[in-house]
Amino acid sequence: MITNIYTHEFRARLKSVVIWSLAMVIIIIFFFSLFPVFSDQAALMNEFLARYPAQLRAAFGLDKIDLSTVLGFYAFIFVFVQLCLAIQSSNYGFGLVSVEESELTADFLLSKPVSRTRVMTSKLLAAFTSLAITDVVIWVSSIASILLFGEGRDYSQSTLILLLLSIVVLQLIFLGIGLVISLLVRRVRSVTPYGLGLAFGAYILNGFSGIFGDIKLELITPFKHLDPTNIVLHASYDAPLVLLDVVVILISLALSYWLYTRRDIPAVS
Amino acid sequence: MSVIEVTNLTKYYGKSRGIVNVSFTEEEGEIFGFIGPNGAGKSTTIRLLLSLIHPTSGSAKVFGKDVVTQGPEIRRDIGYLPSEVYYYEGMKVIDLLKYSASFYDCDCTKRLHELSELMELEMHRRISDLSYGNKKKVGIVQGLLHRPKLLFLDEPTAGLDPLMQRKFFNLIREENARGVTVFFSSHILGEVQRLCTRVGIIREGSIAEISDIRTLQENNYKKVRILADGLNPAAFDLPGVTNLQTEDSSIHFFFKGDINAVLQKVSAIQVTDVTIEEPTLEEIFMHYYE
Repeated sequence: MITNIYTHEFRARLKSVVIWSLAMVIIIIFFFSLFPVFSDQAALMNEFLARYPAQLRAAFGLDKIDLSTVLGFYAFIFVFVQLCLAIQSSNYGFGLVSVEESELTADFLLSKPVSRTRVMTSKLLAAFTSLAITDVVIWVSSIASILLFGEGRDYSQSTLILLLLSIVVLQLIFLGIGLVISLLVRRVRSVTPYGLGLAFGAYILNGFSGIFGDIKLELITPFKHLDPTNIVLHASYDAPLVLLDVVVILISLALSYWLYTRRDIPAVS
Repeated sequence: MSVIEVTNLTKYYGKSRGIVNVSFTEEEGEIFGFIGPNGAGKSTTIRLLLSLIHPTSGSAKVFGKDVVTQGPEIRRDIGYLPSEVYYYEGMKVIDLLKYSASFYDCDCTKRLHELSELMELEMHRRISDLSYGNKKKVGIVQGLLHRPKLLFLDEPTAGLDPLMQRKFFNLIREENARGVTVFFSSHILGEVQRLCTRVGIIREGSIAEISDIRTLQENNYKKVRILADGLNPAAFDLPGVTNLQTEDSSIHFFFKGDINAVLQKVSAIQVTDVTIEEPTLEEIFMHYYE
């Protein structure tokens, strides 16, 4: 009985988890399979890239990275994985409880003998499980790609682990922020526009930060905090910023519980 | 013992009114009718009692427990049939009912199948493929399958065909005979009269009247319309007649009292058509406040 909401939620999201996970596997394997080409002709590649405007290279983080190394190349494609994860996680965050209201099933669920806290906890745990499955798929396919296409080149395994673990923070922050926003607005009619907006908004802010250099706007986007190029260059996280992310995650989850237990469920008509 | 005890319950949605200073009690085993026009605050009251929304001021107790702090305990013994039923569209009927049953500490399987059979549910169809009336039937089954002690029915008959309505009313009567307390909200006076022992009338967010159904019926007006050639309106100037209006060859009026008096007058003349009907709720309200 305790697990019924969890099971229901998990099942409802299973298809989405499979699709997102597959999409990311394809991105990772397809792009990383190009690595041998880049590494073999590193000199040519770097010369070629040098012809692009500095701002454009900065926007994609290509000014600091060496695409001929395993982790340099991996960090480059990792940004796309991050973007997918951000969209997926914000979707789950925005939809977590709002979907019951937009599909008008909130009355059914909340007239059952369960507390709002239990509903929220069950739903969060189900979302965490979904995201964890995606993580495992990403980890396995990343390691497999490096083994298959890495041509046996050296790379720092501890840095790779740092990169792979950073996605957990990224997922939780987008999930948390999405969830809080969904509870602050009166009604979320459709989840996708919100999810895309949040994820792309943060991603574009990060791109701007590369172009304009000095403006500190980028401090508010998790993409910057968890910039894979920086993690590879320094072989560590930017500790204060990652700590900030963790604090934001905790606050947003606590605030969500607070808001949800006090929320008036809008009537159907 | 009072099953529902509402004291000065007030709910504002921002600035707009939900209900204001509503107070009433419902005793165990009663069928309490809650009537009022749309937007009067019927659903607001039920949603407050289910803790779907939170009161602005005042308090409400169900089974002697506070709805704000002890909601989950209270809801163990509550069945709720909302006016508009919406369920997880992708689920099959049987899966939804099982999911619903999984929230209660009981083996509800037997009751689930009894009720589904009675309501003629097709268990293996998807919710999204069901018509409105069929969804409503799913709603009835999921509201009753855990043998609740208190039933909230919010305009339950909308979308049910007359045959199903009758089955539904019989079901509610059976439940009530077993001791289930029923809170029945509706804007159709007729069905409230058929079922309820006591009624509360709510208007613009406030309770206008709480009375026994008998008293209400005795005070009730009938709407009479007579179509005949060469009518003499003066003939119908009886005690109890109000709002007498003449229009070409028809007259209509409201009547309160022994209906035989009107029937005798009608039988004395050659009429083309006669209708005697329940006034609409709005019309009753107009009389309530004159």
